[in-house]
Formats: sequence, C-alpha cells, structure tokens
Amino acid sequence: MRLKCPTDFRIIRLPCTGKVDIIHILRSFEKGADGVFVVGCMEGDCHFDQGNFRARKKVEQAAKILDQIGVGGERVRMYNLSAGEGPLFAEYAIEMDKLIRELGPSPLKIAKNKKANAA
Amino acid sequence: MIIAEKKPIEEIIEEIKDFQRILILGCNECVTVCEAGGKKEVEILASALRMYFINKGNEKKIDEKTLERQCDHEYLEEIRENIDDYDAIVSLACGVGVQFAAEKYLTTPLVPGVNTVCLGANEDRGLWTERCQACGSCVLAKTGGICPVSRCAKRVLNGPCGGSTNGKCELGKDVDCAWQLIIDRLRALGKLDDYEKVAPIKDWSTDRAGGPRTVTREDVKI
Ligand code: SF4
Ligand code: SF4
Repeated sequence: MRLKCPTDFRIIRLPCTGKVDIIHILRSFEKGADGVFVVGCMEGDCHFDQGNFRARKKVEQAAKILDQIGVGGERVRMYNLSAGEGPLFAEYAIEMDKLIRELGPSPLKIAKNKKANAA
Repeated sequence: MIIAEKKPIEEIIEEIKDFQRILILGCNECVTVCEAGGKKEVEILASALRMYFINKGNEKKIDEKTLERQCDHEYLEEIRENIDDYDAIVSLACGVGVQFAAEKYLTTPLVPGVNTVCLGANEDRGLWTERCQACGSCVLAKTGGICPVSRCAKRVLNGPCGGSTNGKCELGKDVDCAWQLIIDRLRALGKLDDYEKVAPIKDWSTDRAGGPRTVTREDVKI
C-alpha cells in the first residue's frame, strides 16, 4: 500500500505508546521539533492493557507544561488507530502537518533565531 | 514515606528568574516514589525551564542531578566539587533535604521545588494519604493499628466525637472517621473490649509542641 504522507516528520517507533514519557515530548521540542503527535492503538485494545491510556495522560501533561512555558500545548496531540489502518495514519499525519503549519514554527526556534541574528 | 507535591512551575520560575546557572537537584527516595522529585521530575522540570527562558530571550544554564538521598551527608557531598558552578539550586527533595543542603552549602541559595505534604502511603495510583504525624509516642498498639493523631481532625484519643456520622467525619463525606475505622478494626481483631479502656492523657511533649525533636543514639555513635 502506497500512501501520500507528509515527509517532514520523523517517526520514532516504540514497543507501546505506554513507553512515551513527558520528557520525550519535551526533549523533542528542545531539539527543535515544531510539534509532536503520539499514535497509539485504539483505546481498550492495548496489548499491555493500559499503555495508550498512560500515553494520553502523558500527552495531556506535556501539553500543560508546554502551555505554561509559552511553547503551546496545542502542538502536541494523541491519536488512536488500529494497527491495520495505514490510511488513517496518513490522514492523521496530514492533519497534524496542517495544524503545525498553521501554528508556524515553535516559539523556541523563533527565539533562538532572534538571538543568533542579533549576535 | 514522606509525601510531596510538585510546586507550580510559575512559582519556581519566579524564584529563579534572577539566577543564571541553576542546578535542579532530585532525590532518589521518598519523592521519587511519590513522583514529585525524582530523576524523571528533575528532567522534566529542567527541560521545561530551559525552554521557558530561551523563549523569554534569557537562556540559562540549567543542569540536572539526582542524589541517592538529600538527607545524608555522604550523598550531599557529591555536589561539593561543582557547587560553585551554580548560582542557585532547586531541590526537589522534601523540606528535610532542602534544609540539609542549605546547611551544607551556606552561600548557595536553595529553592524548594516541591511542597512537602505529610507522612503517608500510596493508597492507589495517583492517591497518597496521610498516616502518621510523627507524634513521638506511638499509640497504634491501643487503637487497632489506626492512628487517631493523624487521621482524626481533632486528634481525640477516646473517640469518636459527636460529629461522626455513618462512618464519616464531620469534615466531609469523603473523610473516614478515624474512630469508626478503629472500632471496626478492633472488632475484626476480636478486641472490642479494648475500646472500653479509657486512654490516659497522652504525652505530647514528644510531639511538635515540645519544639524541634532530636534522636540521640549513643549505641550507634562512633
Ligand atoms: S531528602 Fe527527603 S525525600 Fe529524600 S530520602 Fe531524605 S527524607 Fe526522603
Ligand atoms: S500515634 Fe503518633 S507515631 Fe503513631 S502513627 Fe500516629 S502520629 Fe504516628
């Protein structure tokens, strides 16, 4: 199956979204990401029972922190789909890509560029 | 264990905004278990603060370290070598750890990153509840293993008071009446007769009212 999907994001594979921690999301932003989306299995279908619920909590907490520090919690999102839903994955990627383009680059990047230009 | 809660990040920002080089110092014990001040929380706070200050156009050096404990000399000594690299330390240990670090490093400002709440247990995922107030003369043997000092708002020792209703405290329906719990437990133990025995006046001199407390153990001193 060949699907059209935005190319400017990097996929980080995990054994289960339950492995996602707040720090992984924050570090992505520290390292220059403009947005992060976490894609887990359907709620109720986690092989490890609660992994995707944990992930959702982590994403919510990360969003809260990003709001508090002025980066913007809307830049992180959680999606759910089942493993066979490749087209839906592509759809979510397109949606996220669109959202981030609307929001523009991360304020962190803008601040860093400003500093670099001033120097 | 000692239960603590993360302070709001805004409060920490306010305390550290004028420092340039900051160490976020976690503790591997109680505060790690209650998810308030362990290595993970140190990483998250440090990352968030770094981003916050970059965003404000005021990039700071914010480092991370987590010690085995902050209430012991030997572990706190581990930062002595680098202490001068920092203008301030944000300690995520309980109030004991923060103070012990402050005593050791006289000229380095110490900022608490958590609120120390109580001595409690992890009752459920995400729920920590008080169990002891370190009164210094434990009465649990007489009260079915349930503490009237920490779990009864009035600290009554011959309870319950008149406010106990359907097993709940008059504080609200979410609060168990400690004395109801005591009676239930004594019944389960077949020791309800103990309930009839009037507790003598408690020695409160070992409690906080007697001033700061000390334990001196000649047998372990060297
Ligand atoms: S400093 Fe506080 S949190 Fe850390 S081990 Fe000691 S008592 Fe527990
Ligand atoms: S009686 Fe005192 S020492 Fe015993 S559990 Fe209650 S507060 Fe703690």
